[in-house]
Amino acid sequence: MSDFKIASREQENVNVLALKGYLDAHTAPKLEEAFQNLIASQHFKIVVNCKDLSYISSAGLGVFMAFIEDVRQNMGDIKLTNMSPKVYNVFDLLGFPLLYEIFKEENEAINRFFDKPK
Amino acid sequence: MKDGSIQIESRTERLIAVREFVSAAARSFGFNDEDVSKIALAVDEACTNIIKHAYQFDPKKTIKVAVAAEKRAFQVVIRDSGNQFNPARLHSPDMKEYLSHYRRGGLGVYLMKSLMDKVEFDIAPGKLNEVRLTKYLP
Repeated sequence: MSDFKIASREQENVNVLALKGYLDAHTAPKLEEAFQNLIASQHFKIVVNCKDLSYISSAGLGVFMAFIEDVRQNMGDIKLTNMSPKVYNVFDLLGFPLLYEIFKEENEAINRFFDKPK
Repeated sequence: MKDGSIQIESRTERLIAVREFVSAAARSFGFNDEDVSKIALAVDEACTNIIKHAYQFDPKKTIKVAVAAEKRAFQVVIRDSGNQFNPARLHSPDMKEYLSHYRRGGLGVYLMKSLMDKVEFDIAPGKLNEVRLTKYLP
């Protein structure tokens, strides 16, 4: 039985990771591996859809922190979408909305990658 | 709510069992879903710290998590006998400074303090370390 799953797909050159289940110290290495694979294959535009993410602890948050700098240095970003209020509260408690763009819907995050610079 | 306890091996796959045990106790004590989630997360963070730092992923070690109720106070006591605990880690980071440096880790204690009303540590490395997390019914 696995309590955490990642579905990965590509849409308009943006990689979407859809998370499902419980992201804690036990399952965080799975997400870490998914980010490592994307970065190793030069994919830096990443959207993480949290619609089916039921739980996150600081071990999960740490994964986002581990890769954000690398991704941004390569003109990419990690954008987050579809968070439940429960998951958002944990991000919010740590001030993560200052560092990450969080969208209601996945499409908004994907489109944001193609916004013209002001 | 009846007082009770659970003992787990020091393995991250056991965190889910701890969260379920503490959630059930907190719910029967009268907390709403939001507070139940906060308590479960705080206890997860305490146990994760022990598994990673006090026991350094040694699965032969054990962690005991006990819940007790007194009037409007719900208390979770987490005990380990690890000897690698560094009390310097107990200091909470300044989050603005933390985020600006893209740091990783060390967020557990900050979360525990944010989620609970009271967080106390009794640290005796190699003998008995105790973390007490308390939350009051609103």
